[in-house]
Amino acid sequence: MAADDAIKDHAAERRLFVVRTLVVGTVLGVMVATLVARVAYLQVYRHAYYETRSQDNRMRVQVIPPVRGLIYDRNGVVLADNLPAYRLEIVAEQVEDLDATLDRLDEVVEIREADRQRFRDRLSKTPHFRGVPIRLNLSQREVARFEVNRGAFPGVEIRAGLTRHYPLGRVAAHLVGYVGGITAQDLGHVDNTRYRGSNHIGKAGAEYSFESRLHGYPGSRVVETNAGGRALRELEMNRPTAGENLYLTVDARLQSAAYEALGDNDGAVVAMNPETGGVLAMVSKPSYEPDLFVDGISGDKYRQLTADPHMPLYNRAMQGRYPPGSTIKPVMALAGLETDAIPATKKVWCPGYITLPGSERRYRDWKRTGHGWVDMREAIYRSSDVYFYKLALKLGIDNLHRYGAMFGLGSPTGIDLPRESSGIMPSRDWKRGARDLPWYPGETLNTVIGQGFMTATPLQLAQMTSLIAERGAGYQPHVLNGWKAPSDENFQSAPARPLAPIDLEDRDHWQVVIDGMVDVVSAPRGTAHHYVGQNLDYSIAGKSGTSQVAGLAQNQAAPDIEDVERRFRDHALFVAFAPVESPEIAVAVVVEHGGGGSSVAGPIARRVIDAYRADQPMLQANRETPQ
Amino acid sequence: MTTQTAANAPSTLSEWLVYWRIDLQLLVALLCCGAVGLFVLYSASGQSTTLVLNQAIRFGIGILGMLMVAQIPPEWFRVGAPWLFTLGVALLTLVILVGDTAMGAQRWLDFGFMRFQPSEIMKLAAPLAIAAYFHDKSLPPTLGRVAVAAAMIAVPAALIADQPDLGTALLVATAGAFAIYFAGLRWRVILVLALLAAAAAPLLWFNMHEYQQARVLTFLNPASDPTGAGYHISQSKIAIGSGGLFGKGWLNGSQAHLNFLPESDTDFVFAVFAEETGLFGVIALLALYCFIVARGLYIAAKSQDTFQRLAAGSLSLTFFIYVFVNIGMVAGLMPVVGVPLPLISYGGTSMVILLASFGILMSIHTHRKLLAT
Repeated sequence: MAADDAIKDHAAERRLFVVRTLVVGTVLGVMVATLVARVAYLQVYRHAYYETRSQDNRMRVQVIPPVRGLIYDRNGVVLADNLPAYRLEIVAEQVEDLDATLDRLDEVVEIREADRQRFRDRLSKTPHFRGVPIRLNLSQREVARFEVNRGAFPGVEIRAGLTRHYPLGRVAAHLVGYVGGITAQDLGHVDNTRYRGSNHIGKAGAEYSFESRLHGYPGSRVVETNAGGRALRELEMNRPTAGENLYLTVDARLQSAAYEALGDNDGAVVAMNPETGGVLAMVSKPSYEPDLFVDGISGDKYRQLTADPHMPLYNRAMQGRYPPGSTIKPVMALAGLETDAIPATKKVWCPGYITLPGSERRYRDWKRTGHGWVDMREAIYRSSDVYFYKLALKLGIDNLHRYGAMFGLGSPTGIDLPRESSGIMPSRDWKRGARDLPWYPGETLNTVIGQGFMTATPLQLAQMTSLIAERGAGYQPHVLNGWKAPSDENFQSAPARPLAPIDLEDRDHWQVVIDGMVDVVSAPRGTAHHYVGQNLDYSIAGKSGTSQVAGLAQNQAAPDIEDVERRFRDHALFVAFAPVESPEIAVAVVVEHGGGGSSVAGPIARRVIDAYRADQPMLQANRETPQ
Repeated sequence: MTTQTAANAPSTLSEWLVYWRIDLQLLVALLCCGAVGLFVLYSASGQSTTLVLNQAIRFGIGILGMLMVAQIPPEWFRVGAPWLFTLGVALLTLVILVGDTAMGAQRWLDFGFMRFQPSEIMKLAAPLAIAAYFHDKSLPPTLGRVAVAAAMIAVPAALIADQPDLGTALLVATAGAFAIYFAGLRWRVILVLALLAAAAAPLLWFNMHEYQQARVLTFLNPASDPTGAGYHISQSKIAIGSGGLFGKGWLNGSQAHLNFLPESDTDFVFAVFAEETGLFGVIALLALYCFIVARGLYIAAKSQDTFQRLAAGSLSLTFFIYVFVNIGMVAGLMPVVGVPLPLISYGGTSMVILLASFGILMSIHTHRKLLAT
């Protein structure tokens, strides 16, 4: 080998090198051509595609959710408000160690296990480089604490937004309702494009009914962003259209007064303007705190509410079906007058009971000893059951049903709030449909005193009372008075929907019935005289009702109410309107298991009307426009 | 055999250049390349003058180093190459034992005042040592000598691969292999080796670290992980593709400026360049690189002994390989390997080493002796 090396052929080596260089040069040429071809493929052949991808990268359309309209009462008192809220958001892709960051964050702003859980759930459903909330509703203090330490938390940011707040809280919970997180189910029946970027949708009450007015239309802005999704520059802006501000017919002060008046009872109060059908107050008790639902109620609290035997979520004012009891007697009396079944002045003998021919069964009066001879007016104010039993036998169920239906019993009022019950105004047809049984005469007797199959909601009773007060004229009950679009200050009135007028053969018949109702309160023997009629400085017409929850056995004396377990006690009802000459307010009160209608429900109705009067000392003509 | 008029004061530009051992064509091309690099960096870094200034200073130091290296007679490199190689292997061993860990790999030696990657030395030392080895052997080499040279490649490559830095290991091996190729490795052997390599590929795969495998997989299907490893490639392809024929213009490349493109000033700087200058800019840059490589190969062909030829040839090809691997990676032609774009990517060590290799080329070219004809 050494000998071999000694005779290096330099010329041959040089030739070898030149050949090698030429070969490698060719390979290099091919490689360069490959690079050029590749880049040309990307830059020329696929240019349009990558151009689009580049634009997508650069521009991001951000949806700007609209500001939800506020809800006011008739006087401009805020019932549903928007409050600024701060939430803490994390862009997970910008955080190196998520768990460690959350642990450190917890030292600055409290992060509970539930927050982490919710965060992880949402994170898995959120596209990359988008912020995911870890905490909602930070206090000012927490915001300040985080701001001081924000340098230590890249990828964590405070975001400002609005959240809903209900200043009246429990007092108007069922009426105003609440908003909550948008579910897939919600999106099934709304225009989804309006809800991009929104967190809330109306779930109950007015918030639900007027969702499309309140919500508004989202805007958008096109921004240039970096890979972190951070907006650098705004390229285009379409402002969102805020939702309309709504004005309800409700009077917040009256609502509060009615809520107070009900005390600790379970029950409902509905007060409305009989002239317009506008609801002045609608209370259902027990109630709940609507703010709890806004940012997602916790499972425990929700179970607590749904498991409560007093059913706080249930809107008794519209959904509660109660036997109306004697509160419907004025309507039944009108039926008697109109069908010439009985003249107003005819006296009827009222012992403590009647029996039907061929039957041993006694249909008792609430007063065991009876009322003696009573005419129609007396029968109303003393609430004689026997008088009406005898009337019912003459009228028959068909007439009872016809007149009950005329006053809205048995069908929903069509109020502009969700989930209303229709109640039952029984008839032959109804019974055949519901029970597949013929009508029995005894059932007519139960019906005429608002018992048996018959049920009505407090709202229906308020409507019935309004129709009496206005002598057959009226408008559909409603809570929406009008609205203002955010752009212009013009108040738009909600269209009034007149009810089919009740035209009596003889308009004097109204007076008979109304006189009877006035005497309920003011005649010395009126059922509510003692409870409602004291120290009155205005005129009031009313009717009590005490409806049985449990049937009493034959011959059994009505027991002292204190002895009866509460859930078997009678419901106490009272309907009223005032002032009689020019009615401004009609009220229906139901106190579940309250006992006597006059003694328990009556004073509540009186307090509601008193509260109304305190606010409107003149009792002048109604204004439905906000100030 | 007299040396050129080195002792006399230079009177013309060409005399002056030779006196200072400068190859003008190479110098101008390198300066052009560096200037392009500074412009691209200014854009890629989001118009950071500090970063550009840093790079300019490094480039200046690199050019100065190159000119200093050029003053050294090529024989010194031949004599020094085995020592440099031995030192390199020793340092690589040291890295394995005491090296700093950065980003999950041990690549650095910390001397207190500076941190240093011994594998960078090997990029120079391996081809030089092999060239020196073959210098006094008759060429083409026997298989036995090829085996010795192959071992000289394998040892540092294995040490670097163990850090682990597969990319650099392959580059060092490639640089050494070029020297063997130029020495005259028989075509038959090359063919057999190529087949063997193809057969060994699966073996290599199973010895790769998971992140290395992931890189290969991501390369094969970038869409599989658009926010993770594939994100780099997807975004750089968007940057290049959206550039079009003429580019978006300097400082107008949205991909890089809006931070969609990661490592836009280091390994992925080519994407910024392609986005802003378009296909024409890319072709111009490739032409510049090709000119530098061609000049290197020309110097090799003109050189006067075996060591110089092999050294100059393999160093030039190594430079080309950097260019090819980097652009190929950024354009989505090959897996992501941490190879900077020569003279343009932000970073110190690699640029200084590269410029030093061009210093060697200049030295070789300017120290030629006039041969009697």
